[in-house]
Amino acid sequence: MANTFKIGGVHPEPNKLSAGSRIVNAPLPKQAVFPLSQHIGAPAVPCVSKGDSVLVGTRIADAGGFMSAPIHSSVSGKVAKIDTVLDASGFRKPAIFIDVEGDSWEPGIDRTDTLSLLCSLTQQEVLDCIREAGIVGMGGACFPTHVKLSPPKDCRIDVLIVNAVECEPYLTADHRLMLEHPDEIIVGVRILLKVLGIDRAVIGIEENKPDAIQLLRSKTSMVSGIEIMPLRMKYPQGGEKQLIEAVTGRQVPPPPALPANVGCVVQNVGTVFAVYEAVQKRKPLIERIVTVTGKGVKNPCNLRVRLGTPVSQLIEMAGGMPEDTGKLISGGPMMGRPLLDDSVPVVKGTSGILMIPESEAARLEERNCIRCAKCVQACPMGLEPYLLATASAAQDWECAEENWIMSCIECGCCQSTCPSRRPLLDWVRLAKNRVGGIIRARNAKK
Amino acid sequence: MAQKLFISTSPHVHCGDTIERNMYWVIAALMPALIASFIVFGLGALAVTVTSVLSCLFFEWFITRVFLKRSSTLADGSAVITGILLAFNMPSNIPLYVIVMGALVAIGIGKMAFGGLGNNPFNPALVGRVFLLISFPAVMTSWPEPHQLTAYTDAVTGATPLNLIGQIAGGNAAALDQLPSLGTLFMGGVGGCIGEVSVLALLIGLCILLWRKVITWHIPVSILATVAVLTGIMWLINPVLYVNPLYHLCSGGLMLGAIFMATDYVTSPMTAKGMVWYGIGIGFLTVIIRFFGSYPEGMSFAILIMNAVTPLINNWCKPKRFGEVKK
Repeated sequence: MANTFKIGGVHPEPNKLSAGSRIVNAPLPKQAVFPLSQHIGAPAVPCVSKGDSVLVGTRIADAGGFMSAPIHSSVSGKVAKIDTVLDASGFRKPAIFIDVEGDSWEPGIDRTDTLSLLCSLTQQEVLDCIREAGIVGMGGACFPTHVKLSPPKDCRIDVLIVNAVECEPYLTADHRLMLEHPDEIIVGVRILLKVLGIDRAVIGIEENKPDAIQLLRSKTSMVSGIEIMPLRMKYPQGGEKQLIEAVTGRQVPPPPALPANVGCVVQNVGTVFAVYEAVQKRKPLIERIVTVTGKGVKNPCNLRVRLGTPVSQLIEMAGGMPEDTGKLISGGPMMGRPLLDDSVPVVKGTSGILMIPESEAARLEERNCIRCAKCVQACPMGLEPYLLATASAAQDWECAEENWIMSCIECGCCQSTCPSRRPLLDWVRLAKNRVGGIIRARNAKK
Repeated sequence: MAQKLFISTSPHVHCGDTIERNMYWVIAALMPALIASFIVFGLGALAVTVTSVLSCLFFEWFITRVFLKRSSTLADGSAVITGILLAFNMPSNIPLYVIVMGALVAIGIGKMAFGGLGNNPFNPALVGRVFLLISFPAVMTSWPEPHQLTAYTDAVTGATPLNLIGQIAGGNAAALDQLPSLGTLFMGGVGGCIGEVSVLALLIGLCILLWRKVITWHIPVSILATVAVLTGIMWLINPVLYVNPLYHLCSGGLMLGAIFMATDYVTSPMTAKGMVWYGIGIGFLTVIIRFFGSYPEGMSFAILIMNAVTPLINNWCKPKRFGEVKK
């Protein structure tokens, strides 16, 4: 039987409605909006000002530090203003607004579809190229990729794991990418192997994508060092720690340990594709695949979208927002963020736009905990969500910390299983935030 | 944009499970045993069960609506389960007023006094049962002979297998001849409490609970295994005084307790490891009471004692954390 991770996990309905629809280009927006915080770490710093002309691929904001990433314009036109915009976090954040005029590209970018196989750049040159292209983790966490590719010196990396699990229900962007760009992905993997200086990569794919498994297998049969590993379906297999365990059997120790501590680097398959484009085509991260879907949606689809495009335009492409929509989500149903409205721009981490009908959107009334232990059984990190939620409500931060609250990956298994419909993850997030602050303060004192 | 949207943090979908779904499946799993008891004990069994369920429902409604002025919690099904389990722990010839008193104690003191479903430290049905056992020992321990389908309080009573086992251990070898066969015990057809009668029916119930993922195997299996091992050791030491372990597994309230009473969500531990220790504790105490106590049956007391230990077990038995390195 195929591998999977050992502790906990749940089986949400897959609902991969858009798995069969080919990737289509979304039309250019009239105005593109680029929030300066599209990644984990310091916000980018604008390097253009109002009235400047930009081309597709022009850098408009520099990285704000090592743990940060630059941002490039995905459209050509004039900088309209630098102002705040409502983003997926629900807050107004600083952003660069560009009025679109035509579609002219920076001259250095190779826009052809020809596969570029050979890469003559050195390790450092490739790494610089990835950093300059503004690539971040495309699975949704948006961790700057060049940071992940520069593991601490004392860690010996022996395997690159490509995350092609896509365990979130509804989302199919990675699935379609694998079916339509398998060769580019394989070149991307080889580039990453070179950067890391290792010779083994494993592409982990859940068994519900047999076509992708078969296609990539046939493409890699002659390539040494790249293994395609089918994984038994279980959520949250796409979680970095769960995937590492499923593939290698190794468990990453609790924070602050990193995957590098067990010899692994994990990259999302979308990130690998972006790396290929940046290194071989000189194309910075200016577009991504977004799944637009939902049960009532007329035309669930996968779109190639220029960053900065408002979500409303994608919804139109999918046939408009169904009348009974009760919740609009950026990302998947298990970990995605709810959107306040549809004007929010697509950013580097937008893997999907999901519309949930009103009947499923509202939470049911919270009841007493009946101590059924289903949350404990579901937790993939081996935690006791019921206890952490109780500790959080009682503001007993010590108890929360003793019971490993900082290990929580916020996958939502506990809350989605609770028969009493308790908002377990809400409480855990609250406590995690407080305990994290307490730990940082304690470390600062030392 | 015309629609008004809900804003709440992830996860945005739910597997659909509810308290009701779990409770209703427990009720469904109890049905084979109820049918078996009706076949063996007749109308008495039905009268006792119906009275018990209705009284439990009434007291829960009365306390939530009249005393606490809250919305009614009858629909969650937990009061029905308490009612059925209370009835299952009584002989089928028990007078109705005794049942009503048991229901009042079970729901009033066992459950609602602590704040209702989820907050009770002890299994409500067992609180009611033990109250009756201590207050009305005579009616609670005289069990009618099977197959008197229309008799009620006038039914002829007789010794149960556990009484006989006690007599054998006490040196009365003649009691051995009166013991029913293991097959009769398994299928149902011996005297005892209503719900205990058919091991087969209870095992069907267990399969339903496991199939619908209402409970996991840990508690029932660890209880039964512990009892089998301990009684097996006694039997190996002296097969004349002690009956074989299968007999112990099939007699008395062991099956009923292991499958339906010890697995009560609220009063059992939260981790797999904790559940196993809890089961071992119940099995151990049951055997101790059966062999050395003054009651022939020890299941109720064993479960109540382990209910009290459950918070400690929850403190001691933590799940295996992801990435934990054993010191």
